[in-house]
Amino acid sequence: MNIYVLLKRTFDTEEKINLLNGEINEEGAEFIINPYDEYAVEEAIQVRDDQGGEVTVVSIGCEEAEKQLRTALAMGADKAVLINSEDDVEDGDQYTTAKIIAEYLKDKQADLIITGNVAIDSGSGQVGPRVAEMLGIPAITTITNLEIDGHTVTVVRDVEGDSETIEASLPLLVTAQQGLNEPRYPSLPGIMKAKKKPLEELELDDLELDEEDVEAKTKTIEVFLPPKKEAGKLLSGEINEQVSELVQLLRNEAKVI
Amino acid sequence: MSRKILVLGEARDGALRNVSFEALRAAKVAAGGGEVVGVLIGEAVQPLGSELIQYGADRVVIVEDDQLRQYTPDGFSQALLAVIDQENPNGLIFGHTAMGKDLAPRIASKLSSGLISDATAVEEIDGTLVFTRPIYSGKAFEKKIITDGLVFATVRPNNIEPLARDESRSGEVASLAVEIHTIRTIIKEVVRKASEGVDLSEAKIIVAGGRGVKSKEGFEPLQELAKVLGGAVGASRGACDADYCDYSLQIGQTGKVVTPDLYIACGISGAIQHLAGMSNSKVIVAINKDPEASIFQVADYGIVGDLFEVVPMLIEEFAAVKQ
Repeated sequence: MNIYVLLKRTFDTEEKINLLNGEINEEGAEFIINPYDEYAVEEAIQVRDDQGGEVTVVSIGCEEAEKQLRTALAMGADKAVLINSEDDVEDGDQYTTAKIIAEYLKDKQADLIITGNVAIDSGSGQVGPRVAEMLGIPAITTITNLEIDGHTVTVVRDVEGDSETIEASLPLLVTAQQGLNEPRYPSLPGIMKAKKKPLEELELDDLELDEEDVEAKTKTIEVFLPPKKEAGKLLSGEINEQVSELVQLLRNEAKVI
Repeated sequence: MSRKILVLGEARDGALRNVSFEALRAAKVAAGGGEVVGVLIGEAVQPLGSELIQYGADRVVIVEDDQLRQYTPDGFSQALLAVIDQENPNGLIFGHTAMGKDLAPRIASKLSSGLISDATAVEEIDGTLVFTRPIYSGKAFEKKIITDGLVFATVRPNNIEPLARDESRSGEVASLAVEIHTIRTIIKEVVRKASEGVDLSEAKIIVAGGRGVKSKEGFEPLQELAKVLGGAVGASRGACDADYCDYSLQIGQTGKVVTPDLYIACGISGAIQHLAGMSNSKVIVAINKDPEASIFQVADYGIVGDLFEVVPMLIEEFAAVKQ
């Protein structure tokens, strides 16, 4: 089984966001594997251990993403590919990312591609389905279970809390939802081994892509922080008085009841 | 600038979802005086056409087929692409729902177009459409424009005020026959788990529990409170990790991002990852034993106390008020 995982380096969920010159300030921030992509890595490793084959993790962006790729290798992935687009792409969007990844994957004969259903930074959830569309393979999003029997794949998909059981066949792209598995921590021997595992670095040139081929269709013109929420009213008195006051406030002041 | 915008309506349990009306309002802005065309895809969706018109569509195109009874990406893509082919619109707007999230990127890819996902506002500035959307799960926002191709966006539920229903509005509801070919993903079974029919992302009132709820059973009073208020129950990551409830209820940077009118946080400390998912709610109430809990920093109203004492009292008070 030839398995590919698409992985994004993102801000740690515990990071606060602040701006510098109108852009997100990355100075001093901790970065992690996008949590939903971490489920994808774990699932890929489990499928490989069960079915045999190889897991390749692919990331696109800056050089620093090597760290997250090494973490995935330490978890148990076999190979990593970093497509460094930093010099070629200034303002990419999801079209850009999907186009580059699809170009990389088009001759790889992937049986299964797994990625997170959304990245917690840009939050668009577009890249997975776009890549599948470009490769002409089916995609199932937000999955919470995956079983493979020969060429038949049965997945459970989370649909706003309901669950759908879906059957499809390989090749297939799936996007991971929380609950799919419990990602492992890299073990010490895993971390040692990861240092020696192959990590290939590519640029747009290597994929025979020009800047114009991947030009974004959308553009960010402003980034801003939401108005800071002021701490409100801490009620006082006996608990039953506080409860009565709260209900009155919600009715008469906030007018939400 | 005048544009022709298609809006994909979405039904759940035979009724149109509120987000479809919100999408129509966004489409009205995007159309800039041009035509707004509603689209309904399904098995028997004809009766819903007039309602889309009452909420702002100028006319509606219906695609009905046995194979469209349930949403599948292949079936709905084929139907929608046929409508797009017939209508040749300048833009498309969907709700940012499970279906919208799944379908929109595929259609955008098919049409080689951009897509602005999860928009919370749209405005026209000097002839250019500007969309606002959250990034980092609402820790920040960005304004985006389309630079090439179709105007294509999905809109987040509960953020754009729909137009008032105008029952005197009328318009054409026409069917388009589309032959549905191969569907590569076959739905074998659907298990309804979503509680009480109120979807978390669309709920106007949410009662959420954290680690302080202590157990599965501890969620029962929260469910009762949600029921009295006609709301939905949510949870923090801590409560989900501790297995008090299903991950589908999780609110936060991992999990759902919600913006209800009223958010009641019970026994939730207020980790940054949770705050990202709910701090843009209109009114926040926090109930926590620990007066230092950071949830109080974002709460409009706070009660320092035991949720198992406070919540039953709230149920009683609200029940009395409702009568």
